[in-house]
Amino acid sequence: MDAMEMLKTEKLSKAFGGLKAVADVDIHLDKGELVGLIGPNGAGKTTIFNLLTSVYEPSEGKIVFQDKSIAGLKPYQVTQRGMARTFQNIRLFADLTVSDNVKIAYHQHASYGVFSALLRLPGYYKGEREFEQNALELLKIFKLDHKRNEIAKNLPYGEQRRLEIARALAAKPKLLLLDEPAAGMNPQETKELMELIGWIRKEFDLTILLIEHDMSLVMGVCERIYVLDYGLVIAAGNPAEIKSNPKVIEAYLGEEVH
Amino acid sequence: MQKLFSFKNGIILVAVLAFYAVIQFTISQDIMPPFVTLNLMLICVYVIMAVSLNLINGFTGQFSIGHAGFMSVGAFMSAIITAKLAPKIIPYIPLHDPKPVLLLLGLIFGALVAGIAGFLIGLPTLRLRGDYLAIATLGFGEIVRIVFLNSDYLGSAAGLTLPRIATWPWFFFVTVISVALIHNFVRSTHGRACISVRENEIAAEAMGVNTTRYKVLAFSIGAFFAGAAGALYANYMYIIQPSTFGFLKSFDILVMVVLGGMGSITGSVVGAVVMTSISALLADYPQWRLVITAILLVAMMLFRPKGLLGNKEFSLNFLGRKDGRNGDA
Repeated sequence: MDAMEMLKTEKLSKAFGGLKAVADVDIHLDKGELVGLIGPNGAGKTTIFNLLTSVYEPSEGKIVFQDKSIAGLKPYQVTQRGMARTFQNIRLFADLTVSDNVKIAYHQHASYGVFSALLRLPGYYKGEREFEQNALELLKIFKLDHKRNEIAKNLPYGEQRRLEIARALAAKPKLLLLDEPAAGMNPQETKELMELIGWIRKEFDLTILLIEHDMSLVMGVCERIYVLDYGLVIAAGNPAEIKSNPKVIEAYLGEEVH
Repeated sequence: MQKLFSFKNGIILVAVLAFYAVIQFTISQDIMPPFVTLNLMLICVYVIMAVSLNLINGFTGQFSIGHAGFMSVGAFMSAIITAKLAPKIIPYIPLHDPKPVLLLLGLIFGALVAGIAGFLIGLPTLRLRGDYLAIATLGFGEIVRIVFLNSDYLGSAAGLTLPRIATWPWFFFVTVISVALIHNFVRSTHGRACISVRENEIAAEAMGVNTTRYKVLAFSIGAFFAGAAGALYANYMYIIQPSTFGFLKSFDILVMVVLGGMGSITGSVVGAVVMTSISALLADYPQWRLVITAILLVAMMLFRPKGLLGNKEFSLNFLGRKDGRNGDA
């Protein structure tokens, strides 16, 4: 097996009753790649994310992450293996502070146990200092450090999206799954976000799989793109190939009328 | 983050000790009326009960209404040590007065068994959500009652008689230690993991938090302290009966937690103090007790639906959040 490979799915399928939401999807990501997953509404993009993170169990097929199958793992175990995600409909810990949101994602790397916590042994103070520092550093990157004591739900929409990415990074992933990170953002915010994504990829040595609804947007940042329609991969390739692929145009705009 | 030896913690320590000393003095000089003494002890028991239930219901967001069941386990298990096995154990205690050691053993045993019961009950039931979990915990409380009711060894319906060996220092310091430990837990990364389960279970899981582990952990810790409270209670009341720990008792404790504010430790302390005090003040008018309590609760839910303290902690920053206990107890 290729050592450069980060993620691979083989004939990945998911059926809800009679509906095949995802059918025979083969995708692969090499280490360090930034790959887009696009498709019209209801194409099965988020279902793929839920399969990759073990929220759903595949009906058929398998997922290989860092050369190991993730079959039978719980979602938190997948995260601990190095895959973190954001959500299409923001799922922050809404009533907690910005800084606590990030700290919770650091939790799996906690250096002290329940016993140290109960008795406030020196390990607790050391561990909490680390949490505090790591959270602050991360929030600085996302320009949220000045808001670290604010309640997450009080942040403006764009900042909530940024906080979700920051929180996912706190889990120290190798592979980052972003589910429509730019949804609801204005063009200026979107542009800044795309630059930020490119930057964190280098800085954190990440592989990124990005779902995006808006096709023009992914064209700029992604090296390769998979196009999904009705649960099937209908096209794959670099942005130029995708743009000129008649199947993709058909899926997005409908069939040409003769 | 606060330091261990801060000015704030110093103030808290002095306030706690001062409160303890005043009560201890009045009790030892026989100035304190016995009825007030009894209620002070009860307040301590209910503070532990409410704070430990809040860890499960308020912080971890699970809905348990069988907390009296764990109290019952703690009470009867400690009674095994301090009443049933006492004659066998006492010869091994090389002290002039074996009672404190006996009580300590009873406390530890009661709390441990309750904690283990919490763990065993939590493992299968915490897969359930919301009202389903509530029914399961309610069922657990009733099962405990019925088991003790049918146990000849534990005296069946008549219950067990015990010596009164728990005294004010025991009640006070076990309460302070319990509240401090639960507070420490909540303010750690493990407590944050519990809170993340309450806030958004899917996101918590996606961030690498083993949600099942933390639900079971919170449940076990809560049950452990409820067991300790039950042990204290048993060793003061002379007699314990299974019917004392029915589901109405579970509801009383739930009311304290909701009244004080879900997710606020000081809120639970205030809730326990207020409810126990009301109950004591209305002791002479038993027919009005439930009516007035109910009216208070309805008014409370209308005007402050999130409880007295919401999810905030009482804190003057330099005085510290534990002060609510001393001010009101």
